[in-house]
Amino acid sequence: MNAAAPVRTDSADGRVDFGRPTLVLRRRRLSTRVSRRAVVVCTVLAVTTFLLALVSLGVGTLALSPMEVLAALADTGGNEQARLAVVGWRLPRLLLAVLCGAALAVSGAIFQSLTKNPLGSPDIIGFSTGSYTGAIVVMLWLGSTTYLNIAAGSLVGGCVVAFVVYVLAYRRGIQAFRLIIVGIGISAILGSINSMLLIAVSPEQAMLAAVWGAGSLNGLGYAQLWPVAISGTLLILGAALIVAPLRQLEIGDDAARALGIRAQRSRALATVLGVALTAVVTAAVGPISFVALAAPQIARRLTRGIGLELLPAALTGALVLVAADLIAQRVDLPVGVITVSVGGSYLAWLLISEYRTRGRL
Amino acid sequence: MLLAACTVLALTCVASLAVGARDIPPATVWQALVAFDGSDEHVMVRDLRLPRTLVGLVVGPALGTCGALIQAFTRNPLADPGILGVNAGASFAVTFAVAFLGLRAPHQFVWFALAGALAVTVLVYLIGSVGPGRATPVKLTLAGVALSAVLGGLTSAMTLKSTQTFDVMRFWGVGSIGGRSMETLVYCLPLIGAGLLLAAASARSLNALALGDDLATAFGVRIGAVRVVVVLAVTLLAGTAVAVAGPIGFVGLMVPHVVRWFVGPDQRWIIAMTVVVAPVLLLASDIIGRIILPSGELRVGLVTALLGAPVLIALVRRKQVSGL
Repeated sequence: MNAAAPVRTDSADGRVDFGRPTLVLRRRRLSTRVSRRAVVVCTVLAVTTFLLALVSLGVGTLALSPMEVLAALADTGGNEQARLAVVGWRLPRLLLAVLCGAALAVSGAIFQSLTKNPLGSPDIIGFSTGSYTGAIVVMLWLGSTTYLNIAAGSLVGGCVVAFVVYVLAYRRGIQAFRLIIVGIGISAILGSINSMLLIAVSPEQAMLAAVWGAGSLNGLGYAQLWPVAISGTLLILGAALIVAPLRQLEIGDDAARALGIRAQRSRALATVLGVALTAVVTAAVGPISFVALAAPQIARRLTRGIGLELLPAALTGALVLVAADLIAQRVDLPVGVITVSVGGSYLAWLLISEYRTRGRL
Repeated sequence: MLLAACTVLALTCVASLAVGARDIPPATVWQALVAFDGSDEHVMVRDLRLPRTLVGLVVGPALGTCGALIQAFTRNPLADPGILGVNAGASFAVTFAVAFLGLRAPHQFVWFALAGALAVTVLVYLIGSVGPGRATPVKLTLAGVALSAVLGGLTSAMTLKSTQTFDVMRFWGVGSIGGRSMETLVYCLPLIGAGLLLAAASARSLNALALGDDLATAFGVRIGAVRVVVVLAVTLLAGTAVAVAGPIGFVGLMVPHVVRWFVGPDQRWIIAMTVVVAPVLLLASDIIGRIILPSGELRVGLVTALLGAPVLIALVRRKQVSGL
């Protein structure tokens, strides 16, 4: 967009009034504007996540204060034991929590934007269950537990289920309620199939898959971190590139086309990115539900933004998962159990507040 | 019509007694029932398959009628104790009783299952009724989904925390009609009977309610009273069924719909037929499970989910449902 284009100026100093305080960035060929509130919110989120991370790194059999953790990270304290615990064992788990939280939140934000509905998250419409089934099939039938194979399995599973759910829910357009009910139905079928798969194999294999199926960050190290870090970062960057078309799709296909967006192609690309983000996370840590649902909604309420905003969502997701994992470590449960309990309550609250204000969702 | 359904039910019962890891001819089944001689096959029929069939005969009507009542009362064609979270509530309460109070036998946790079912029924209805307009199918279903998620998470948290709880729940947590004790059944029979009676008593009022609240009031139906009776009946039926057999979904969804095709919209007929048809579905699912995996590991709850989910999807794809 050219800065010299004629725009209506409402305020005295020649600036455009967007209805809220904004910061405008202009470089030679690129200009963008961000709301001041979003910048503040993002900073606060990042700082909170960092502080929580310091606490989380200090928790365990070897309890460390945040200052000791910082010393161990910078390798200045000379305490070999602390450095091994923090950098060797706890750091990969923490980074996984940050990455997975961000990836899930971005995936949820994409789907919520595509379906124009706060409930359009991968866990509600059954994609997560599909990823889980795909991963179980790879684990149990092909007997492979390497990350890449499981990731491929859960990606294929997620995509197939996404496709099936969309096709079954399609009837002169996608309607959110139908999408959700079809998702519930497909999840029920897949749940039965998962149980049958687990029954049909040896107890050891079944136990392995069941532990993984609860969604836990326990016992994960650098071996699991690197693949997630590389693929997750690439996918999130990819998602950042399609934010602009997605935002314009939110105002309707016709209007978006008039602005030069190829609607079908952008939507297909966004769906694949969203499913891939969920699959990457599911393959590494198992199904962790409701982060994708709640994080984008919380972010949106914090920034009071309209439309798709990835960075606040990703930061909120990271914060939520780090906090949930901290709780999970304290009460010794898989983190997936924590997120489903807290996230379900959040969903109930969301429903009540939306019904009260709008009478519908 | 009712007669034909009863015949099918009788045939299904015979099949349920005869089919399994070892097929037993119907003649031998009959002998085992009337002239018990202590042979292996006779013991198998009397001690394993007869209890299983009886549990199916008791739990089936409870689940089916429960679904029919909720569907009629909320005018929600997608209602099912599983989807609306009533089963999850009962499961949660039972798990709580097992984990923190150390209860072990099903007849001890019946009352917890009832309390859990009642609490969730009321809660889902309250959340669904928030805001302007009455409780629509969409609102109720979503409230059920949210509550099911929370309660499911808390339930698995409790089972994962203690090995003992995990052991009891592993057996009970997936809906199954096998291996239940006769004591439990006898203990629960009056509760389910009471629930069925309440359902039958409210059938006429539910017919009037189908015309809308205003017309129903004009016909002399006291809506508040009907609401209390229906919630009570749903609680008794769903709670007891969960206590006996564990959470079994989709029976309450499918049966009333199938029955409606045959007998039309009269609730009295729907409930009567559901009582007969629901155990047919439950026992047939159990038999299918036994045929697929003869070890008896494929629980009936898994089979009903496989059969019922496509019905759910077909229902939501119909035009009227999305328009409701």
